[in-house]
Amino acid sequence: MAVEEVESRLLAYGHTACAGCGEALAARTVIEAAGPDVIIANATGCLEVFTTRFPRSAWRVPWIHSLFENAASVASGIEVALKALERSDEAKVIAQAGDGGTADIGMGAFSGMLERGHDILYVCYDTEVYSNTGFQRSGLTPLYAHTTTSPAGELTWGNATRKKDLPSIAVDHGAVYVATASVGYPQDITRKVKKALSLSGPKYIQIHCPCVPGWGIESHMTIRVARAAVNSGLIPLFEIVEGNIIGVRKIKEDERVSVEEYMKLQKRFSHVLKSPRGKDLIRQVQSIANLNIEKFGLLGINE
Amino acid sequence: MKAIMEGSQAVAQVVSLCKPNVVCAYPITPQTHIVERLAILHSEGKLKAGFVLAESEHSAASIVLGASATGARSYTATSSQGLLLMTEVMFNIAGMRLPVVMTVANRAVSAPINIWNDQQDSMSLRDCGWIQMYAEDVQEACDMHIQAFRIAEELNIPVMVCMDGFVLTHSMEVVDIPSQDEVDEILPPFAPSYFLTPKDPVTLGSMAGPDAYMEIRMLLHKAMKDAPRVIQDVSDEFEEKTGRHQGGLLDPYELEDAEIVLVSMGSLLGTMKDVVDQLRDEGYPIGILKVRTTRPFPREKFHDLLCNARAVAVLEKDISLGLEGILCSEIRSAFCRAAKTPNISSFIVGLGGRDVREDDIRNIAISMFENDSCRVEFVGINKEALAAAHWRAEDYTECISTDVCPKPEKGDS
Amino acid sequence: MKQVFGIVVQPGTSREEKKTGWRVFRPKFKQEACIGCRNCHMFCPDGAVYRIDKKKFDADLDACKGCGICAEMCPVDDIEMLLERN
Ligand SMILES: Cc1ncc(C[n+]2csc(CCOP(=O)(O)OP(=O)(O)O)c2C)c(N)n1
Repeated sequence: MAVEEVESRLLAYGHTACAGCGEALAARTVIEAAGPDVIIANATGCLEVFTTRFPRSAWRVPWIHSLFENAASVASGIEVALKALERSDEAKVIAQAGDGGTADIGMGAFSGMLERGHDILYVCYDTEVYSNTGFQRSGLTPLYAHTTTSPAGELTWGNATRKKDLPSIAVDHGAVYVATASVGYPQDITRKVKKALSLSGPKYIQIHCPCVPGWGIESHMTIRVARAAVNSGLIPLFEIVEGNIIGVRKIKEDERVSVEEYMKLQKRFSHVLKSPRGKDLIRQVQSIANLNIEKFGLLGINE
Repeated sequence: MKAIMEGSQAVAQVVSLCKPNVVCAYPITPQTHIVERLAILHSEGKLKAGFVLAESEHSAASIVLGASATGARSYTATSSQGLLLMTEVMFNIAGMRLPVVMTVANRAVSAPINIWNDQQDSMSLRDCGWIQMYAEDVQEACDMHIQAFRIAEELNIPVMVCMDGFVLTHSMEVVDIPSQDEVDEILPPFAPSYFLTPKDPVTLGSMAGPDAYMEIRMLLHKAMKDAPRVIQDVSDEFEEKTGRHQGGLLDPYELEDAEIVLVSMGSLLGTMKDVVDQLRDEGYPIGILKVRTTRPFPREKFHDLLCNARAVAVLEKDISLGLEGILCSEIRSAFCRAAKTPNISSFIVGLGGRDVREDDIRNIAISMFENDSCRVEFVGINKEALAAAHWRAEDYTECISTDVCPKPEKGDS
Repeated sequence: MKQVFGIVVQPGTSREEKKTGWRVFRPKFKQEACIGCRNCHMFCPDGAVYRIDKKKFDADLDACKGCGICAEMCPVDDIEMLLERN
């Protein structure tokens, strides 16, 4: 059919992401917001694997993959090289990785990049599991989610820990811009990416992306589930510039959902809902959402 | 210009003359003086490169990977644990054919932790796809860096310049530091064959499945096999321009009529040459084969230079635990079906900074004239210390192999 | 830029290998009630949906994997998911 608009996207079709992949949509949104004058350093993970199986590539921007844990360092090298070669005007540098590549194995490199103050936008596609290797737990897996390494069993209720607060860690490093976003709201991603790229220094955007097989949802539910996460208060969307919260996405009264309603949409929480202790577990998860709602003032209307 | 200088300072000076665009190294003894000197040169405006302080060797290597892929001449340096931490990135840099140059200040590997010299670190990374070269003295270490950038960039293969920690990095020697013009004449500006730019937005580092991975690896092997010619040419050109003999891959010393040949690499060669000079004076037909390049492994050259010897003793500061010295095994591979095969023995020396004395080398040499068997031995073992730990003589004997390749019985063919 | 087998890969080449065989359902853009909200366009993970007019969109079936997000997100039910014949 070859429709020009479709043929010319910066992240081309024909990649091998699952149907309905949240990460694919988020990545497409990011690159379309950033435009062609970028260089991307990508960590190992689903996004890398589904876009660049030899001998083909879905990328229409200069793109490099090295390893699982070093996207931030490779991006640092690119940024320094562009400066040294007096080519900084040529391209903005983006590092991108999954939650595992950022919060776990890539943490040291991420910290080094932020601390050194490179002019880089780091995007973390938070699928809340190691999607690529079969949905194992990561430091960003939420409380009580079943993963293949934190299975629900007789003695366990899935993942026993809460999401690591990576945005705060980035803020404490002195990142000039830190934001969370959700693939449920692509226009918000676009705005945040553009804003981040207009600032110089290290920037961090963490995008919440449902993983169809990892979370146990149908391919058409990706956006609904992503929005429910936001509207339950579990995934607060905010922007922090130089340490100050400058904006949050308010939860509209008629869109607000309980964490139980959010959890019900996904198989990864089905053991919680079935269990005799379910009410107690859900209450604990709800309290995380409530804390977010309070901390970021997620209810009410924007002033 | 000739000056008395510490090895690390001299190397840093020469690296700076090579005009790298990006330098990133993480400190580790005994490499520290190199990175510290580069920091000073950078702070004085003499090293005009992006100078990055990484948070680990893994990141330092990743940073030079990214820089090199962007078209920058890139340099790093490390040692021992740092090199092992970089392992993953080392394979990656080579697999992506990025011409990074690295200094390895050779040091022992933990455990037990030990900061002193041997060559276990770089030898353990022999299969990562980097060209590996070993310097005999500070002058050669300096000159080797200039050649390394040339070789790396001509072949798109990264080069590791190995120099013995402390022995070379921390010793004061008279060095001839070339002028900027002299370096520029040997090393033209870097013109990368491919690099990241929106003007031609290629994808680097893609995922290759079972349908393509093997071909890609085979082509890397082929590129390595093409390297000896370039290494030799650059070395010859260097000699022509500076008058300093460098020797390419292997450099024979008193080899023509030698019945016994001692083989080694790195700083040990200086002492070995003194011992061989004495033995020659005493009438012993003995020579040395200096190994300058271990990857690519010049197998045919080894064969041709060693096939006339009666026996070969490989002295090395590394071991493949459970086998023998690594270089020794590799040299054996040059004779798998040769008509004339010398007896080849492995002598493990100087691990973790253990002194290798002239006497040790002399004893090895003389023993080669007296004992024809192929053996694996540890040299300079402190038997009293072992005895204090209730070791018996037999225990030591179990550590050595006296006859690894028994001679065929008469009548066997 | 030099082409090195296995090292340098050309941009946008994933399009040469369509993933359309993956589809179980295919979207049918009815183009009757469209209000031009662009949800289908914005939310397609594969970038398969294109704009014909302000209130007229369609999916490029070379790019579509049939996930059904466009149909789910259409506020006026103007996209239908049909079972693929093959
Ligand atoms: C050093 C190393 N350890 C482990 C792996 C295996 N591995 C590859 S991708 C991956 C998980 C990726 O998860 P994440 O970063 O969350 O990205 P996603 O696939 O979810 O997008 C793992 C464990 C690896 N490639 N390298």
